[in-house]
Amino acid sequence: MNAPLPHDATDALADSAERRRRQDEVVAALAAVLPRSALLWQDEDTTPYECDGLTAYRERPLVVALPETEEQVGALLRLCRRLQVPVVARGAGTGLSGGAMPHRLGVTLSLARLNRILAVDRRARTARVQCGVRNLAISEAAAPHGLYYAPDPSSQIACTIGGNVAENSGGVHCLKYGLTLHNVLRVRGFTIDGEAVEFGSEALDAPGLDLLAVVIGSEGMLAVVTEVTVRLVPKPQLARCIMASFGSVQAAGEAVAQVIAQGIIPAGLEMMDKPMTAAVESFVQAGYDLKAAAILLCESDGTPEEVEEEIRRMTEVLSGCGATRLEISRDEAQRLRFWSGRKNAFPASGRISPDYMCMDSTIPRKRLADILTAITEMEGKYKLRCVNVFHAGDGNLHPLILFDANQPDELARAEAFGADILETSVRLGGTVTGEHGVGIEKLASMCVQFTPEEREQMFAVKRAFDPAGLLNPGKVIPTLHRCAEYGKMHVKKGLLPFAELPRF
Amino acid sequence: MSKALNSLVDRVRAAREAHTPLAIRGAGTKSFYGEKIRGSSLDMRDLSGISGYDPSELVLTARAGTPLADVEAALAERGQCLPFEPPRYPDPERPGQRGGTIGGVVAAGLAGPSRAAVGSVRDFVLGATLINGKAEVVSFGGQVMKNVAGYDVARLLAGSLGVLGVICEVSLKVLPVLPATATLRFDCSEAEAIERLQAWGGQPLPVHASAWWQGALVVRLSGAAAAINSAAAKMGGEVIDPYLAQRFWNGMRDQTDEFFTEARRSLSEGAALWRIGLPAGAPPLPLSGEQLIEWGGAQRWWVSREPVERVRALAARAGGHATLFRAKDKAAILGEGGSVFAPLAQPLARIHRDLKASFDPDGVFNPGRLYPDL
Repeated sequence: MNAPLPHDATDALADSAERRRRQDEVVAALAAVLPRSALLWQDEDTTPYECDGLTAYRERPLVVALPETEEQVGALLRLCRRLQVPVVARGAGTGLSGGAMPHRLGVTLSLARLNRILAVDRRARTARVQCGVRNLAISEAAAPHGLYYAPDPSSQIACTIGGNVAENSGGVHCLKYGLTLHNVLRVRGFTIDGEAVEFGSEALDAPGLDLLAVVIGSEGMLAVVTEVTVRLVPKPQLARCIMASFGSVQAAGEAVAQVIAQGIIPAGLEMMDKPMTAAVESFVQAGYDLKAAAILLCESDGTPEEVEEEIRRMTEVLSGCGATRLEISRDEAQRLRFWSGRKNAFPASGRISPDYMCMDSTIPRKRLADILTAITEMEGKYKLRCVNVFHAGDGNLHPLILFDANQPDELARAEAFGADILETSVRLGGTVTGEHGVGIEKLASMCVQFTPEEREQMFAVKRAFDPAGLLNPGKVIPTLHRCAEYGKMHVKKGLLPFAELPRF
Repeated sequence: MSKALNSLVDRVRAAREAHTPLAIRGAGTKSFYGEKIRGSSLDMRDLSGISGYDPSELVLTARAGTPLADVEAALAERGQCLPFEPPRYPDPERPGQRGGTIGGVVAAGLAGPSRAAVGSVRDFVLGATLINGKAEVVSFGGQVMKNVAGYDVARLLAGSLGVLGVICEVSLKVLPVLPATATLRFDCSEAEAIERLQAWGGQPLPVHASAWWQGALVVRLSGAAAAINSAAAKMGGEVIDPYLAQRFWNGMRDQTDEFFTEARRSLSEGAALWRIGLPAGAPPLPLSGEQLIEWGGAQRWWVSREPVERVRALAARAGGHATLFRAKDKAAILGEGGSVFAPLAQPLARIHRDLKASFDPDGVFNPGRLYPDL
């Protein structure tokens, strides 16, 4: 249900001979501004670019371009604008929503070769890096100064900062340290016209509208980012983690709310349900409590004095909420062992099922038990298993739907299951995507979250940046037509419904 | 839709049809800010009230006309706050009252002393409902911490001075009040203050606010009690009495401190109050006049009679920008074709124009308030 619709058959260019002519034309034009080694168009060369981290949906790009300089990116965009060729920017291809899925008549603009760290400024606590620099590489470069880049998506070994900007990526520490948005000061890049542009500044603000806020998370649809200035923060002296077991998911959910109600903002607050714990335990042997209905990982970081005080307060709250077992990391090795299972939730799922589909909705924390009950019912309805990990501190769920793509009908059932989770999340006051982006995966669910007027307003924003609609077309915002075909109404009201009711 | 919202939608529709601009206003506490106000007043104060607040969710949702004072009182009752400390200016109609509306807080995007440590107004916006130029009520973002569904239009509204639409309701992330605080004072020169602030910033110290004026650097630490004590011991300086410190930081936040009251006097004699945003570590600016430095060096207030061209050129050379914050006669200081906010280069100016048109095709909302031609 949530998959992309088939190609528009009326499109004359869909014809393969026509496509080849177009390919020749685009390759010839690009060869004038890019070295031959920076262009791929033969099928065997473009196949690896057919999808990103969302492998269920694939498309072959017309051409893949791998520029090495900003000037080449600018020149490429000017050409594509003139020839009316769609451009799909791509970082490391680790995205989980198909944001970098190619356009069959478009150029996939791989920015992986723009991978230089331009400056790490200890005094200003900033790093200026090219977009293709890996997330973790920034923290590694900053480490000698006692600094690091805070947002840490699980794919941080591979994912690029440019991709993080496109998706407004989070991570397990964003409750305390914020998302990409909160940690990027400035981006430099190009408009679709190939004009150089900067959003934000190395000061704390820039004159005019806060365009940086809308460019971050725009999934490559407003501009192409080539350089990013990030804020670095001092590395905490110490981090310790509490692993707490609970007899029910409800009790664990209540404990999460209580920790926050007590005025504590943990550095990380994560939950795994029982099936997920079993899967990761057999993968990493971290000593997880296999009898617990849910496990919470609750982390504190800061100075040794701060951590001691906070761990004591957290322990009190968790015990008070009925934790059946509490373990506090004694040293760094043990802390990392606590986290090893959570960080390996995806590969562990890959071991217990041939395929899995990762969802990414966010709900108000207090609805955690409701969504879990709903997901359990859906397992019966769609006859598929689901294991659950959550960034519980900020209500971001990652249910992993297990399926076997080789069984007839299982992919379709998994997609319907996924869409059901997303739409239930919207009904519970949440959103269809917390950190992975809409891409193509959640296009249909956007019809449920936004009204036609809201979607049209988003299209209008896109036109202000990209009047010809060439940057990553067809992603993020579904057309009216597409929503009509999906046939589900949006479920959210403008102002909170029943606003006259007391709520606190 | 509530009656108050309905009547706003009707006003927008009528204004659109008649091609008459609207000047959106809350309590009018920030009418001094930005370019000249044009159009007939669209008063937001009837659209008022906190519509959702659940402390354990760290989210508060309020209609635009809700007094900031009501929002802060509701939060304080549960030990929470708006961490970005928006300034509270005097209410022109109610003597003794300060603070304006929550819609005005978001539209102006101004933050107080803690800005450098905690983030800006925009960083705490989670969602917003607005009336666009087609008189449609549209919502973006939501009431949850993490949300990347569609473009982040809600955050774009922070600091937009109402040029994109009528902000009707906002959801903000709120945080617990930090358990302990201490204020330290150091005697040092401007250059030394900037250096010290950069050095502290690179260490895991709970520096929460800073201010330098006339040879005195004042630093506020906030966080866990244990961390405050060990940081204070490490940093040295003179510990300020908590009551006096609280008054001082309120004066910084609300711009009632001596620096600002003296600035007001100079303004009546033709000087200007400039807000200069710079990379925090930028060296001292060679301007003449009186200066207050906040945000670890990233916000520098200048009361000066220097010409606009020189102020702007020095700010730009240092990697920042200058806003003419207050003046008795802004037009006289800016001259023909000048603007309160630093002028935009291409392609930013074009994107601003097209973005404005995408929200407000008939140019109804606060025309010219952000830039004369926007």
